[in-house]
Amino acid sequence: MSENNNKMTQAMHRRDFLKHSAVAGAVAAAFSMGLPLQAFAADATPRPGGVLRLGLAGGSTTDSRDPGSWVDTFTFVGFSAVYNTLTEIAVDGSAIPELAERFESTPDARVWTFHLRPGVTFHNGKSLTAEDVVASINHHLDAKSTSAAKTVLGDVASVSAKGSDAVVFELHSGNADFAYVVADYHLVIMPAKDGVADWQAGVGTSGYRLKSFEPGVRMDLERNPDYWKPDRAHFASAELLAIADGAARVNALVTGQVDVINKVDLKTVALLKRNPALVIEETKGAQHYTFPMLCDSNEFKNNDIRMAMKHAINRETLLASVLHGYGLVGNDHPIQPGSRFINAALEQRAYDPDKSRFYLRKAGVESLKVRLQASDAAYTGAVDASVLFKEQARQAGIDIDVVREPADGFFSNVWMKQPFTTSFWYSSLTADRMFSIGYAKGAAWNETHWDNPRFNQLLNAARGEMNAPLRQEMYNEMQALCRDDGGAIVPLFASSVAARSNKVNHGPLTAPYGELDGLRLIERWWQA
Amino acid sequence: MNLLSQVARAPLSAKFGLLIILLYIAVAVFAPLLAPYGETQVVGEGFAPWSGQFLLGTDNLGRDMFSRLVYGARNTLGIAFLTTTLAFLLGGLSGLVAAIKGGWIDQGLSRVVDVLMAIPQLIFALLILSVVGTNATSLVLVIALLDSTRVFRLSRAVAMTVVVQDFVEAARLRGEGLWWLVTREVLPNAAAPLIAEFGLRFCFVFLFISALSFLGLGIQPPTADWGSMVRDNAVLITFGDISPLLPALAVALITVSVNFVVDWMLHKSSGLKEC
Amino acid sequence: MNSLLKLVLQRLALGVLSLFAVSVIIFLAVGMLPGDIAQAMLGQSATPETVAAFRAQLGLDLPPFTRFAHWLLRLLHGDLGASLANQRPIAELIGARLGNTLSLAALAALVSVPTALVLGMLAALYRNSWFDRLLNTSALSAVSFPEFFVAYLLILVFSVKLGWFPSLSNLAPDATFGTLLERSVLPVATLSLVVIAQMMRMTRASLINLLASPYIEMARLKGIRQSRIIWRHALPNALAPIVNVIALNLAYLVVGVVVVEVVFVYPGLGQLLVDSVSKRDIPVVQACSLIFAATYILLNTGADVLSIASNPRLMHPKG
Repeated sequence: MSENNNKMTQAMHRRDFLKHSAVAGAVAAAFSMGLPLQAFAADATPRPGGVLRLGLAGGSTTDSRDPGSWVDTFTFVGFSAVYNTLTEIAVDGSAIPELAERFESTPDARVWTFHLRPGVTFHNGKSLTAEDVVASINHHLDAKSTSAAKTVLGDVASVSAKGSDAVVFELHSGNADFAYVVADYHLVIMPAKDGVADWQAGVGTSGYRLKSFEPGVRMDLERNPDYWKPDRAHFASAELLAIADGAARVNALVTGQVDVINKVDLKTVALLKRNPALVIEETKGAQHYTFPMLCDSNEFKNNDIRMAMKHAINRETLLASVLHGYGLVGNDHPIQPGSRFINAALEQRAYDPDKSRFYLRKAGVESLKVRLQASDAAYTGAVDASVLFKEQARQAGIDIDVVREPADGFFSNVWMKQPFTTSFWYSSLTADRMFSIGYAKGAAWNETHWDNPRFNQLLNAARGEMNAPLRQEMYNEMQALCRDDGGAIVPLFASSVAARSNKVNHGPLTAPYGELDGLRLIERWWQA
Repeated sequence: MNLLSQVARAPLSAKFGLLIILLYIAVAVFAPLLAPYGETQVVGEGFAPWSGQFLLGTDNLGRDMFSRLVYGARNTLGIAFLTTTLAFLLGGLSGLVAAIKGGWIDQGLSRVVDVLMAIPQLIFALLILSVVGTNATSLVLVIALLDSTRVFRLSRAVAMTVVVQDFVEAARLRGEGLWWLVTREVLPNAAAPLIAEFGLRFCFVFLFISALSFLGLGIQPPTADWGSMVRDNAVLITFGDISPLLPALAVALITVSVNFVVDWMLHKSSGLKEC
Repeated sequence: MNSLLKLVLQRLALGVLSLFAVSVIIFLAVGMLPGDIAQAMLGQSATPETVAAFRAQLGLDLPPFTRFAHWLLRLLHGDLGASLANQRPIAELIGARLGNTLSLAALAALVSVPTALVLGMLAALYRNSWFDRLLNTSALSAVSFPEFFVAYLLILVFSVKLGWFPSLSNLAPDATFGTLLERSVLPVATLSLVVIAQMMRMTRASLINLLASPYIEMARLKGIRQSRIIWRHALPNALAPIVNVIALNLAYLVVGVVVVEVVFVYPGLGQLLVDSVSKRDIPVVQACSLIFAATYILLNTGADVLSIASNPRLMHPKG
């Protein structure tokens, strides 16, 4: 009885905490998430000049200038300083005009018109026209495109120029969030050459010119003196080094050879914090980890089995050991705490072996044996997390056989093919995008093969719904459906943890949109 | 000439080496009795300090470090020994045979080995392990195959200098068979460098597994293995943390010990009497 | 001497055959890897349409034999082709990195080979002395730590604590020779520590092995000085295995340094090869493997020729 009570109070605490954190999140977002105020209040006025040196994970010798091929941090961050997009994400997480001066849509949100900012020129002197935008979007949209961003534009039926200074997107169905879609870091605006986007030249409209780019090694950028944004691009130049090894990144930062590193090994964060010359930058909710269970597999087609699994995992323990506390617990849906779309009333799911056994019995089985095919390709620590899960699930009479799969080829051969695997997602700015790409019936990356008619119906309705409260109600229900019927166990939201030297500084951060100040630190940060 | 009296007369370094080797073997054999906790059992908070409960603290997942080191002895030594033995059986024998037989057998074997060796070891391992999957068996077979090419080269080179000597020629003329030539004539005279090589190769297996872990292809967790354990915590060295040193020291100690013993045997087999 | 020349030519011809065999093996092995470049490049964001478009664009929908034949034909015309991943010409992609790899290997060899030989001879000369034991133990200890571990320790001491050398060896495009040397110190030190032990121990073992043979005994009885016995009588005959081990280690310095490249962020061929394997960029994998294989074959042939030339019995085999 006392144990029961204890569980109740724990649940209460968690609910309170969640509410709390949702409010706190909203407040914090206005300043910058998770960052002590004085960290930037001390030196909030940008100082021009200096060199920004970045040591980044996520660079490969196979990287290219083609925006359709950008799949990791190095190219995201580097080319975000070279190119602009039609809209950008502001500090409060909303999509605001960038190369588009303003934008509007038809009431059903099906046709979107973006009016281009006048007087913007590319680094080669060419003026920005609607033709450039159309060519840049078609680079991803084209039938023969190999772009990683093709699915991002899945809604788009056609894109066309309206005069020389406006671009019209026609969508298959209404999408109230389309302004967020074109802020995607792949959808950069390149100059058109003979009607085709000229990605080879590396010429953009943003604050830095591409001086040299050696894939997997380094990128050198120098300030564009004609940059159209008045209050951005403070550094005179920037050097990006690709440093794959976590210890090498930390060493480079500690010895002062670089000013900022990303993907700090979480084991070392506490140790790095002791260094007074360094500042840890934690972006909360940047990504989430999942254990997808295929809802059409023999093992998991019964939702009671899925519910048993969801109750057999101890999220707090995983948070403490896999993430060393740098993250938040998940609630079996993909909307990050602190997001505008979070269903704050949804109770946090707790570790409850008894409940797990209850669901097993409901499904007509006494014990369960499943195979979990795990790989660190999903995220560092995925195998560790799986091993911990195995130990926890044993309490509920579930025997998880953890099989480590090679990282190589994991996503093409194991993920979405085997009943039970490991996976991760970058959190999306909008609930619609997250649900559309990962949870909708028929979506290319519906990693659990989940098909819930009510959910799919709500998703379509919400996408075109311009009435915000009504829309939120739908999203609330969809989160509950994911949590109580979906195929994904979402145990954790992981922070992305970067570190900087106190020789560089910044204003409010665009958390939680991507790491390193929404990938835009090169044009947003300055020397202290 | 019984073993014990030989050991008794061995130099101090060899005695030390033997003692350590025996100790390691004992730990490996009796691992389940010695380890206070299970190999993969999560017993506490992550990174718990050294204490009476957890002798060497816990690792990042809260598993007992001491227990993992003990089980690591079993896995690591077992794999290294198996691998090296296989490599020497395969590479050493074929090297000797190639040197004795000469002709097309020598040519054929040498060319195959050349081709295998011409492919960088780490890349070859990476390719094969990515195809067949990483598990203890495939690791042992792949590393043994790769190592055997090195052993072949050496044993052939050493044997070549032996087979041109007169006593081998004499045995050949006597009409001795291949097995006789290998075991009675060539091997005893080629043993010294091969034994020295065995010691080093044995230790290189740990290092190779460790390098493979660096590329994500080492022994798979949650199995405890020193090479992977070093890799997992290596980043802590930057902060002067000693936990990655423990498995590394375990490897260093056995390396030095094995080679002390090897040196002693080398010394005896060389017939060099003076000290 | 003529027979030696014949041997060299024969070896080189065989080397070309070996290179062909290597390229076939690599092609087949990469082909057997799960997934292809289209899937590997797009990773988790792959969809069936984009993967299909990718394959068509790169000609991956052709049968493997045709692709290999095309590649071989172009190679025979001196064209290494272009990277599948980013369409850069491979010759350009590899050029600078090959230079980096070779200069690092050369520096490491300059430091390690003479050190190993001298220490090995001294150890044989003063065998079983405290000096020998100390040398032996420290060499074994150095070699028993994984490369990355040695590298991290060196960085901790010389870079983080003392600040003498940079922890990154990454060079700006306009770096001077002086910077290059400064930035090579720690990687060279790491590599030397790794390779010295094996060469030194082989030198010592081979010498000691020979010191027991009758003709050395004879020389010793004639009262020739120990150091002269080693230098003039033992060393030439012990050369074969030593040269072999040196060749293996030199080859290792060129082809086996990927871990050191990663830790010191040194843009060499090893990292390129590993990246290309993981992305299934076959032409780049092929080009790097061929360079590595050629390096190995050349060094190996050199070692064989040297050991034969140094042994009169092998030069003029009876019968």
